[in-house]
Amino acid sequence: MPEIRSRDLVLEAERVSFAYGTVAAVVDVSLHVAAGEFCALVGPNGSGKSTLLRLLLGLAHADSGQVRCFGVDPHDVPDRWRIGYVPQRHELAPELPATVTEVVAAGRLARGWWRRPRRDDRAAVARSIEAVALTDLADRPVRTLSGGQQQRVLIAKALASEPSVLVLDEPTAGVDAESQELFRESLVSAVRDRGAAVLLVSHELGAVADALDRVIVMKQSIVFDGAPGDLAARGVSLGVHVDDLPLWLERLG
Amino acid sequence: MSTIVGLSLPWPFEYGFMQRALVVGLVVGAAAPLVGVYLVQRRLSLLGDGMGHVAFAGVGAGLLLGVAPVWSALVVAVLGALVLERMRAREHATGDLALALIFYSGIAAGIVMASKGDAGSANTTSYLFGSILTVDTADVWTVVGLGVAILATLGVFGRALFASVLDEESARVAGIPVGLCNSLLAVMTAVTVVAAMRAVGILLVAALMVLPVASARLLTRSFRATVMWSSVIGAISAVAGLTAARAWDLAPGGTIVLTTALVFVASATLSSARDQQAARTEG
Repeated sequence: MPEIRSRDLVLEAERVSFAYGTVAAVVDVSLHVAAGEFCALVGPNGSGKSTLLRLLLGLAHADSGQVRCFGVDPHDVPDRWRIGYVPQRHELAPELPATVTEVVAAGRLARGWWRRPRRDDRAAVARSIEAVALTDLADRPVRTLSGGQQQRVLIAKALASEPSVLVLDEPTAGVDAESQELFRESLVSAVRDRGAAVLLVSHELGAVADALDRVIVMKQSIVFDGAPGDLAARGVSLGVHVDDLPLWLERLG
Repeated sequence: MSTIVGLSLPWPFEYGFMQRALVVGLVVGAAAPLVGVYLVQRRLSLLGDGMGHVAFAGVGAGLLLGVAPVWSALVVAVLGALVLERMRAREHATGDLALALIFYSGIAAGIVMASKGDAGSANTTSYLFGSILTVDTADVWTVVGLGVAILATLGVFGRALFASVLDEESARVAGIPVGLCNSLLAVMTAVTVVAAMRAVGILLVAALMVLPVASARLLTRSFRATVMWSSVIGAISAVAGLTAARAWDLAPGGTIVLTTALVFVASATLSSARDQQAARTEG
């Protein structure tokens, strides 16, 4: 792993632990994600991945240890637009009609929820929709879209604020192959074109395997943290033999 | 003839009492769905109904203490809304349990206090079932003021509210004041209930918040259009309901709500026909 200057770090966890009552979810985890890094966080079900993301984003408080986002406590990050977040899959606008553009524009509110959208806001929303190849469906109600298309809407929503770090929790679960490919392209573009960091929790790394800088394997604690090639040296393949990683994780569980 | 707008309007709004009812009906009919649209998205369609129960405690307190029941209802309903939102946010009680606890305590307190007031419980009927034809000029200005307050709040917080009802967690990460938005939604629900109390009554107030939204979402494709059309449907239902009530000597509050229900049936029929037409075209 290349040497990282502390000012480049976007997400940091130092000896962080968290428990739900008496059930330990995250135990003594230290983790650093730098600008421009594309990292995958994997682990068996119930291994604390989503909890760690919530801690890193300030959505939950660590029982011990320290979490920093852009060098400060996650609650003190002044420019919240710098963080793009795709939470675990949920049904989008099930009760009301909301168009693709309206949902994606909600992600742009991180740049200023109190003011009326400006021309640059509308342009950024349009670019985000284009990045996930949904321009033709921009005026369609999201509830009429397929599951894969809805997931692309959520990714566009996270991209709309043009963030410095993208945190995605199982964004491709049950998503079709076309959407997975578009998903890969949009993340690679965020990393290469804008120098954004990506922290991706997923069981399905096949689509992004060749673009990853690091794989972090977690089972309450960090089990492995290194390049995909180092994981391959242990006989675990991310992309070519896509079944290898899930089988290995199952054995960990 | 005492009028609000000083206009000579044709039947059925030629008299002052009907013009006052028209203004109250238009404001309440247009404003209530603007709040309801967010409640529906958060699956809290019956919150308005419960807040009516809480407001009734304020009506009872007003009758007991000899103060204007609208203002005492406003204070109690807003406080109840904030307590409810705090309980929900801190997960001290599950959603429906918190609602039941506050709502039934509210209506019971209202009944007890009203029964001990000088006016007795007979006065509570106009708040339970509405009496839009007896509103005076002060009531009209109160309702207009509350309507303007709701519009101004939504003008500033509408986009943030949309983001937070769409996905509360990612809205928090984006720095949107989700807690403030949730509290404002609860308070706006309470304010709407009190504003609509004299128009359709506490027992029917939730219908004005939800039914126009239910109709609009069947006919529209975007959130913006749903907001606009639910407000238009609410206002039109109020005018049509008042007209029908005058024509056939019906209870105006109930007639207004029945009109919103009829609009929903018409919207559902239209939407179903449109879907069948689309299916035939695709086939």
